Amino acid sequence: MAHDAEHAAAHAHPTGATYLKVAFILTFITAVEVWAYYIPSIVASPLFNPALIIMSAAKFVIVVMFYMHLKYDHKIFKFLFTGPLIIAAVTIIALLFLFNQLSL
Amino acid sequence: MSSQTAHTAPSAAAGHDEGHAHTHHTSTGLDNRKIAIWAFIGSECMLFASLIATYMIYKGRSLVGPFPHTEYVNEAGKVFKPILDIPVTSASTFVLLMSSLFMVLALQAVQLKGTMIPAGAGTWTRLQRSSQLWLGMTALFGAIFLGFQAYEFTSFVHEGLTIKTNLFGSSFFTLTGFHGAHVTVGVLWLMSLLWVDRTRGLGPQDELLVDIAALYWHFVDVVWIVIFTLVYLIQ
Repeated sequence: MAHDAEHAAAHAHPTGATYLKVAFILTFITAVEVWAYYIPSIVASPLFNPALIIMSAAKFVIVVMFYMHLKYDHKIFKFLFTGPLIIAAVTIIALLFLFNQLSL
Repeated sequence: MSSQTAHTAPSAAAGHDEGHAHTHHTSTGLDNRKIAIWAFIGSECMLFASLIATYMIYKGRSLVGPFPHTEYVNEAGKVFKPILDIPVTSASTFVLLMSSLFMVLALQAVQLKGTMIPAGAGTWTRLQRSSQLWLGMTALFGAIFLGFQAYEFTSFVHEGLTIKTNLFGSSFFTLTGFHGAHVTVGVLWLMSLLWVDRTRGLGPQDELLVDIAALYWHFVDVVWIVIFTLVYLIQ
């Protein structure tokens, strides 16, 4: 029974309408990113780069959760993806500190 | 995999819906092929992390232009404009995002095949079951993205930026070139699925095959989401 419930949960995918909404949200965020790029006062703001990174991370998470179905899938798949992803992110940040592209 | 296939019992398979009739029974209860694609995607995360880190470390350290976001004048007085073409790249980003939408619709179409179409169903309901349409659209949009990349690379070379020009050129062409190679593999994969669909037809029993291709394709998409921000937009 537990296996059947897990199996059903692992295959509960969003509907076509959800996919269309996700596509609209992704397009909207991308449009905001590009719009901000052309506004000099926004580009000059110290918040510009963090805001871009947050928007990019949001798009990344949305695609992984809804299009790659990780939100609905088995925890082993979540572990197989997020484990290396965390190692990759930490490696990038560590290298940027090591080569003085980031500093505290 | 063959050892696990040998343990597949017809009675056990019958307990699942038609779409998973060929599921292999493993110690985890999950199909090995799906575990393998997720492990592969995890390893790809680290590959692209190394390429992105290299690009970011070299960013701003080129001794000669062209530069990505600023103008450059060489010793002979020749002016090089900022080389990145944001409108073109924004268009190619939109194309790749749409291809991801088409990919999930292709997977849904395969899952829905064989289910009853409600009486009086509209065009959209019928289109949702057309896996050939969505697979073809995904491959087409992937090919369009590659066309944008070929145009970008060609124009960069004409403007004086090659992989040997400076640190920006080396790291940029390596990073985006690797991504383009992944898109190319994805397009070929999608075309092979489309060919299978046209010859024998893909059905719910093939859901996993399409799901694995879809996971790869969406991964290529999320990598581009990161590249677009870090390489093209952040100055």
